[in-house]
Amino acid sequence: MNHTRQTLILTAALSFLAVLSLPVNADTAEEKGLAIAVEADRRDTGFTDSTADMVMELRNRQGDLSTRTIHIKTLEVTGDGDKSMSIFDTPSDVKGTAFLTYSHALDADEQWMYLPALKRVKRINSKNKSGPFMGSEFAYEDLASQEIEKYTYRYLRDETIKTSDFPDGVDCFVVERFPQYAHSGYTRQIAWVNKDRYVAEKIEFYDRKNDLLKTLTNKDQQQYLGQYWRPNEMFMENHQTGKSTTLRWKNYKFKSGLSDKDFSRNSLKRAR
Amino acid sequence: MNNIRTGLAITCLLSNTLIPGIVYGGEFSGYIGAQTRNFFEDALSPEQHDNSLSIVTEPEFFHEWDNADQNIEIKLFYRADQYDKQRTHADIRELSWTRVYEDWEIRAGISKVFWGVAETQHLVDIINQTDQVENVDGEDKLGQPMIKLSTERDWGAIDLFILPGFRERTFPGNEGRPRPQVIIDTGRDAIYDSSAEEKHIDFAARYSHYIGEWEFGLSLFSGTGRDPTDFRPVATNASGTAIVVPVYSLINQLGLDGQAFFGDWTWKLETAYIEVRTGAKKGTSSLKTEGGFEYTLVGIADSQMDLGFVVEYHYSDNQITDTIFDNDLSTALRFVLNDAQSTEILAGITTDVDTQTIGSFIEASRRLGDSWTLEAQLRTFHGTKKGRPLYGFRSDNFAQIDLNFHF
Repeated sequence: MNHTRQTLILTAALSFLAVLSLPVNADTAEEKGLAIAVEADRRDTGFTDSTADMVMELRNRQGDLSTRTIHIKTLEVTGDGDKSMSIFDTPSDVKGTAFLTYSHALDADEQWMYLPALKRVKRINSKNKSGPFMGSEFAYEDLASQEIEKYTYRYLRDETIKTSDFPDGVDCFVVERFPQYAHSGYTRQIAWVNKDRYVAEKIEFYDRKNDLLKTLTNKDQQQYLGQYWRPNEMFMENHQTGKSTTLRWKNYKFKSGLSDKDFSRNSLKRAR
Repeated sequence: MNNIRTGLAITCLLSNTLIPGIVYGGEFSGYIGAQTRNFFEDALSPEQHDNSLSIVTEPEFFHEWDNADQNIEIKLFYRADQYDKQRTHADIRELSWTRVYEDWEIRAGISKVFWGVAETQHLVDIINQTDQVENVDGEDKLGQPMIKLSTERDWGAIDLFILPGFRERTFPGNEGRPRPQVIIDTGRDAIYDSSAEEKHIDFAARYSHYIGEWEFGLSLFSGTGRDPTDFRPVATNASGTAIVVPVYSLINQLGLDGQAFFGDWTWKLETAYIEVRTGAKKGTSSLKTEGGFEYTLVGIADSQMDLGFVVEYHYSDNQITDTIFDNDLSTALRFVLNDAQSTEILAGITTDVDTQTIGSFIEASRRLGDSWTLEAQLRTFHGTKKGRPLYGFRSDNFAQIDLNFHF
């Protein structure tokens, strides 16, 4: 296990060196896919911490809308997955309900849920990561920090796609990625990675039967601190149920001096 | 108008000099609701009623400042019951101030703490007294005065408690239902084995840690035991039912709780070792344990619904007092629909292995719109023959509906 991980890190490091001589020119489709992921990760490194507010809009097949508001804090952890905290503001009956996640590249994430009515911090069996996050079309694993080692990769092709941000088309790498986590809800994902920005414009998720399950579209992407791209809107459509979820992000802040004490299990109890 | 201005000015001055920022940006929230209880059979006592109504509110105020390193939390509780005078009660659930340092955190005031991992009963959870009039499941707790010092490090988390002042357990009164076939009168003085009575200062400590998929906690408590060690008859009511008062003793309790995750399985264990230090049962010790698992099927039948199975076995040597969880098996099914209304259904039975007495429940809850929640419960008791546990509840099968508005 450790050996595999070291090998992966070594591979990642080597590919990192490779991508320094851009454009990406790796030999095999797997190497090129990994190199794109490594470059995307490199460009998103160093944000230290971030906070943001989010409105989650759930729509069922009939178009009925229900919303939740959540604020999210993230702490970048070098050499491991990030720590993150999601705190519910509405609906009012779940106000103060919070999730703390210590994500890891290959090991299972540790996740705790705080139930304010009982003042109970409850560890969540991380096997359940494929389950929906608070009734939305996003699974826990979709919202977890995206570490390089969580997937293996295969570059498929270059493609120019039209999006709401780029009505005239944007050049993308199309990369297939395969979750390495044994209990993932997906067999594979296909990501359209903006060649210029190294962020995903669109991701398709294939379920355990390898049928197309969902498509995520990242919209209105904005750059912060001259480096970090974040979408103002994430639209997830479930093709099998007709339901959809939109996440609207605002008030992104970076480097506000968060530390481990803001991501402790005790901090869950005072998170508001 | 002038008065308001002066008032505002004084408030601002006070808050600026004494407690910067407290009055600004605080958050109010909470709920207000109504509850009905309907019993299917005639009551055993003429004082009791077949249908009852109650109203409840739990307003809350929270404010943080100093980069969220300090906060105050206030949560009040009030329930008015149509008949039961002991169920009509108010409580300060929270009135606490918290200060966070880089490695340590201190909380002072009235607060609540939860320990443990199990679902059916909470053997190691001892900081807060049970608010027993709220529901038979004992999940509701009274606010406890405390000074709590916490740290969380690579080697685990430590919580240290000083607990000045004891809270008596609430019990249903003369007209309360369901209740045991004695009336526990909380209006009269309880009996304490310790001369400090309810003013005894208790101490507690807990160490907890997790290593990968294993999580465990070790806890110590020294002070007035939250469970009464006895009940002493003091009178009888108009229909001849005995009126008793609880006896509280000083105890030491050692608690151990742990859980482990293997794939879809979560294994759980809680054990408490209790030793009575005062009174008629001085020197008596008791061992209670519960262990079991929770197994979750995620997304059953290609839906978003999760189905969880909870199995817990309970043991008590009943050395200090008789508990219904002495040799019992609890099984439950938990349906989580993962829909926009957060619909959940939990249904379970607890069977006494020795007597086949059964207590069962169904709890279903969902959100209505954005601000309302509806919860329905059905609780029934079976095999409640004379001499068996729960004999006193033989006519007390009931349905309960809670409708709450959250703000």
